[in-house]
Amino acid sequence: MDLSLLWFGIVGFLFIGYFVLDGFDFGVGMALPFLGRDEIDRRVMINTIGPIWDLNETWLIVAGASLFAAFPEWYATLFSGFYLALLLILLALIARGVSFEYRHHRPESRWKSWFDGMIVVGSAVPALLWGVAFANIVQGVALDSNHNYTGTLFDLLNPYALLGGLTTLLLFFTHGVVFVSLRTDGDLRLRSQRLAVRSGIATIVVAASFLLWTNLAHGKPLSWILAGAAAVLLIGSFIANFRAKERGAFTLMAVTIAVAVLSLFAALYPNVMPASNDPANSLTIANASSTPYTLTVMSWTTLIFLPLVLVYQGWTYWVFRKRVTRASIPQPTSTTAS
Amino acid sequence: MNDLLSPLVLSQWQFGLTTIYHFLFVPITIGMATTTAVFQTAWVRTSKAKYLQLTHFFGKLFLINFAMGVVTGIVQEFQFGMNWSTYSRFVGDVFGAPLALEGLLAFFLEATFIGLWIFGWDKLPRGLHLATIWLTAAGTILSAYFIIAANAFMQHPVGFELNKVRGRAELTDIWAVLSNKVALAAFPHTIVASFMVSAALVICVAAWHLARNQHLDTMRPAIKFGMWTMIGAGILTVLTGDQLGLAMVSTQPMKMAAAEALYKTSSGADASFSIFTLGTPDGVNELFSIRIPYLLSFLSTHTLNGTVEGINDLQAEYTSLYGPGNYAPVIWVTYWAFRWMIGLGLLSVIISIVGLWLIRGGRMPKQRWVWRVAVWAFPLPLAAMIVGWIFTEMGRQPWIVFSLLKTKDGVSPNITGLDVLISIVAFTLIYGALAVVEFRLIKRAAQKGPDDVVPLDDTSGRPSDAVTVY
Repeated sequence: MDLSLLWFGIVGFLFIGYFVLDGFDFGVGMALPFLGRDEIDRRVMINTIGPIWDLNETWLIVAGASLFAAFPEWYATLFSGFYLALLLILLALIARGVSFEYRHHRPESRWKSWFDGMIVVGSAVPALLWGVAFANIVQGVALDSNHNYTGTLFDLLNPYALLGGLTTLLLFFTHGVVFVSLRTDGDLRLRSQRLAVRSGIATIVVAASFLLWTNLAHGKPLSWILAGAAAVLLIGSFIANFRAKERGAFTLMAVTIAVAVLSLFAALYPNVMPASNDPANSLTIANASSTPYTLTVMSWTTLIFLPLVLVYQGWTYWVFRKRVTRASIPQPTSTTAS
Repeated sequence: MNDLLSPLVLSQWQFGLTTIYHFLFVPITIGMATTTAVFQTAWVRTSKAKYLQLTHFFGKLFLINFAMGVVTGIVQEFQFGMNWSTYSRFVGDVFGAPLALEGLLAFFLEATFIGLWIFGWDKLPRGLHLATIWLTAAGTILSAYFIIAANAFMQHPVGFELNKVRGRAELTDIWAVLSNKVALAAFPHTIVASFMVSAALVICVAAWHLARNQHLDTMRPAIKFGMWTMIGAGILTVLTGDQLGLAMVSTQPMKMAAAEALYKTSSGADASFSIFTLGTPDGVNELFSIRIPYLLSFLSTHTLNGTVEGINDLQAEYTSLYGPGNYAPVIWVTYWAFRWMIGLGLLSVIISIVGLWLIRGGRMPKQRWVWRVAVWAFPLPLAAMIVGWIFTEMGRQPWIVFSLLKTKDGVSPNITGLDVLISIVAFTLIYGALAVVEFRLIKRAAQKGPDDVVPLDDTSGRPSDAVTVY
């Protein structure tokens, strides 16, 4: 079996895991100003992702490290080439992560609204830029013969990539709003259902345009099929949400994101980073990968440990399956949160 | 563009600064996870309220610190590709594997179980909840092992062969990489030193309250625990450091020579260790020094009449092996970093020994300054660890991977000085601002004391608002 192809799939799986999981964290963060009418609402929302945002973000670390281990050339080209874009993502993730922890330590509303702002920006920036980054990967960028990116940040901000960014932004936003409706109760739950309907329409339009553009420009039979499936699933999620079936809406949304990312990976195959200036400079699964020995070591470890990870993470989600209610939030005067 | 604004120099500064900053949180996270687990175990086994109070109290300090460790850690992983892409292409086949293993085996473990621990007080049975903090602690320690194994490859590359055609190092033996003798020595050294850091934090906080004669029932056991941990971990740090020194001499003799600023190969009594030197460390203008004969020989070979290679001989040897160039690190940095590491570490242990004697049998010193020393001694072991890593990494220069790739050849060729200037300024600003917030929050939480953390009439042990922590 061709292990580099397997690892193309595993890297895809890890990024799918990251986008599906941290995607709704981003959505919850971005929706704070839309759904959080008061401090209790905002605390309810943050507590829906409180126990899990960190493990969700860890999927990025594992995806990045696996990229490094399995495709060092891809990792090196991508990370040095998208330097400033990744810097922005890093700064945003730092701001978001510390804000979850810091905001509850002081009772003053100015303190809290400052960190709320950081959560909103810290969620929106990565939600946008991951789409920009992946759209550029699929579209291809200028690479020299040593596979080094020769463009600038502004070359990355082309219309197609910006549409990709808008797609992930809206997908994650709606994903997060649906998650809020799934994990809360009462008025907040109803309002998030209504918001998910409105943002769902915009998401369908933008995501469909992006997937259409992707496949018109770079499509292959498999990526067309997957993109079509993603569109159907997204509409299914919209309908489920419209009919107040939160669990169905959330599940379909998660699968939509997974299938949409799969469609991008299918469009990318057999390249991992096409060179837009000269196909000879493209990074492919074959020329970017590690040696069969390294991939064998990684495959066995992943085969043994990833299922274990999935089991204990699944169990964590099960432990925190109960809805977070306003009644569970103590009075704002309490500053004794641990 | 001058040298100072070159992508290479700026990238080196950025990696150094962000790594040191990240490392402020790493030993505290490792040490405090275990400390919290120990207190919680004491509570589960004895059901004594004071241990639950200590668990919540130190657990809170641990958590304020934890988030910073997580978010600054992502920067570290990204920087290899962002600033050091040529390095990443060269070592990725070998170096990537321990990083991926770290993520899969360690980071997932700690990130998942920390969430269960914070939010699971009222959702999990006592024993299972106790297991979550131990698994978190295990994750932090395991992650240290993998990242040190990766670092050890840069100090002493093993388990690979060079592919001349691809121009990269390729993994041939993962066990050799994971059982690198530098890693096997550096890992326990780092872990026990981390326990010195967490012990210093416990001592600092407990002493602050004891000086004010408050929370005696919790803070007296805490300070004793901290001081005994400091002494035990201190002794282990010396022993493991000795082993690391031996590994260093056999793999990177230049680093040991640079630690002593030893220019001429010496043996026996001449292989002395200077505690203090006044003058220039290039050995030309030595005004005054305190020297212990034989000690450098003993540190390097465990014999009194061993021979320790000097910088000049090593320079000649490396020039013939690797071609012309300067193969010595910056000597004044390695010389003083090595001494400060040992000195600050020993001072921390001495303070704890004296402190234990002062509080023996329930005594409470009346003098304020005694307590102040205990409070202000907090940064000593942390500073010792940081200068220790500065020694380790600066002592490796000019290599990024010893004997294979020089640092100057590892930088990304396509990033500009402006790119790195932007990122270094951005990191400095956000890290600086967060340091202020972080310090104030920890100080505030520490000074509030344990009683306010949790109402103790609740036998389930959950804090008053366990479900909605944030």
